[in-house]
Amino acid sequence: MDLKHGAAIVGIHEHVTRYAPDKSELQIQGESVIKALEDAGLSKSDVDGLFTASSSIRNSGMNLADYLNLYPKYLDNTTVGGGSFEFHMSHALTAIAAGRINCAVITYSSLARSGGVSVGTGGVARFGHPRLDPSPDSFEELYGLTTVGLYAMIAQRHMHLYGTKPEQLAEVAVAMRKHASMNPEALFRDPITVQDVLNSRMVSSPLHLMDCCVISDGGGAVVVASPEVARSCRQTPVWVLGVGEAMAHQGAGKRDLMYIAAKQSHAPAFAMAGVTHEDINMAMIYDSFTITVVETLEDLGFCQKGEGGDFVSGGRLQIGGALPINTDGGGLSSNHPGMRGIFLLMEATRQLRHQFEGTPRQVPDCKIALCHGTGGSLGARHSGGTVILGRD
Amino acid sequence: MPDWNKPLPSIVGETRPYWEGCRQGQLLIQKCDACGEYQFYPRGICANCWSGPIKWVKASGRGTVWTFTVTYQNRTPGFDGGPYVLALVELEEGVKMFSNIVECNPRDVKIGMPVQVTFVKANDQVSVPYFKPAG
Ligand SMILES: [Zn+2]
Repeated sequence: MDLKHGAAIVGIHEHVTRYAPDKSELQIQGESVIKALEDAGLSKSDVDGLFTASSSIRNSGMNLADYLNLYPKYLDNTTVGGGSFEFHMSHALTAIAAGRINCAVITYSSLARSGGVSVGTGGVARFGHPRLDPSPDSFEELYGLTTVGLYAMIAQRHMHLYGTKPEQLAEVAVAMRKHASMNPEALFRDPITVQDVLNSRMVSSPLHLMDCCVISDGGGAVVVASPEVARSCRQTPVWVLGVGEAMAHQGAGKRDLMYIAAKQSHAPAFAMAGVTHEDINMAMIYDSFTITVVETLEDLGFCQKGEGGDFVSGGRLQIGGALPINTDGGGLSSNHPGMRGIFLLMEATRQLRHQFEGTPRQVPDCKIALCHGTGGSLGARHSGGTVILGRD
Repeated sequence: MPDWNKPLPSIVGETRPYWEGCRQGQLLIQKCDACGEYQFYPRGICANCWSGPIKWVKASGRGTVWTFTVTYQNRTPGFDGGPYVLALVELEEGVKMFSNIVECNPRDVKIGMPVQVTFVKANDQVSVPYFKPAG
């Protein structure tokens, strides 16, 4: 089965809220699904697949279908942290190409900000999860692990092995803020400097506060359809060209944690798409922390291991640079409700639709975009989902 | 001894020997009788070959800091009182385990630093293995 061009993104909606204390998570999803279908020119009766992930809604797929009063033929609530939605895209493509469904909705929401969730620093209390033994609860949590700490440990070793500098990590945050300044919905839009990042307080060495993503509410929906349905939609179809999934973990104590899931997930995505790194016009790289971007770009193969610090420096990630990434301002400046992967698909779609044509936010002549979602923690276990998208 | 307010492990069948070892001041890890591989965290199967019987062996208790972070912010009780060192320690046997580096100034911790295990009694059932600079 040839999966390339097997499905297309035909509708998107990003809920603009960054703070929504009066809405339920399901309401945000419901509103987003309706608007994303409107964007596509489709309606409720067209939807036969439902994909969602949540760290707070129990049995998220069933409860969402109930709220929407939908009877999907295909239901998937794969939840692998922030990268869940790239996995959903991969699964939706497969289901559509196999003829099981014609139109899938991928949706997400979270009230992390109004709910006061310490996404990165809550430690064992961060998700209120039921215990899982033997690990992580009995061999990790008793040492005070935090999400930011698990990324900070990777940053520390990256600096040790490759001479990566705090200034280079800070460049990632500066580039994201530059892009956020062009996005009216972004949570933080005032430009920052490398020095601002270095001056912000240390949360978990070597990561400062401004090396860490924001915490917001938010949500959205993405509509994926078969080629037949896509041709009848209002918007220029954004084709799914290639997908790849992977996860990485401790490997029974033996894995070299400097190599992340992207190392495994990118190859099948590039092979399926039949494109090379030089063909990628822009990328949406999960930026939970500045180090996440450096590690991901290396393991996706945009540069050699250890060269990520140089690769992200000198404005190379900004629009006009060698590889513009996260043109919405990313998780570092725009929004991060906890699992940000769905927003990667949306901004890549906007860029491929040339929605910002004539403004500084548009990546010129954007034909192919890569999204890579990372979920979980680089230092412990995490998912990596690569999705390559393109326009005709 | 002040009341222990940090998280505690739950002791289940497959990990009981580990915690019993800790209680007696010994760091026990697992080795597969079939493929000879060490593994960590302890579990009821060999994660490498999926076939061999697992035996418990006494680790030397020595290792090096593979990586670490000085954590300044964590809401978890017991970790909310100031900076502490979260580390991945690579044991001499070749497996890595999370721990805290104790009995030293967090500023003095370096990657590659030799460390050795030390146990702190949490209660009558549990002693927690930490690492301190090797003397
Ligand atoms: Zn074995």
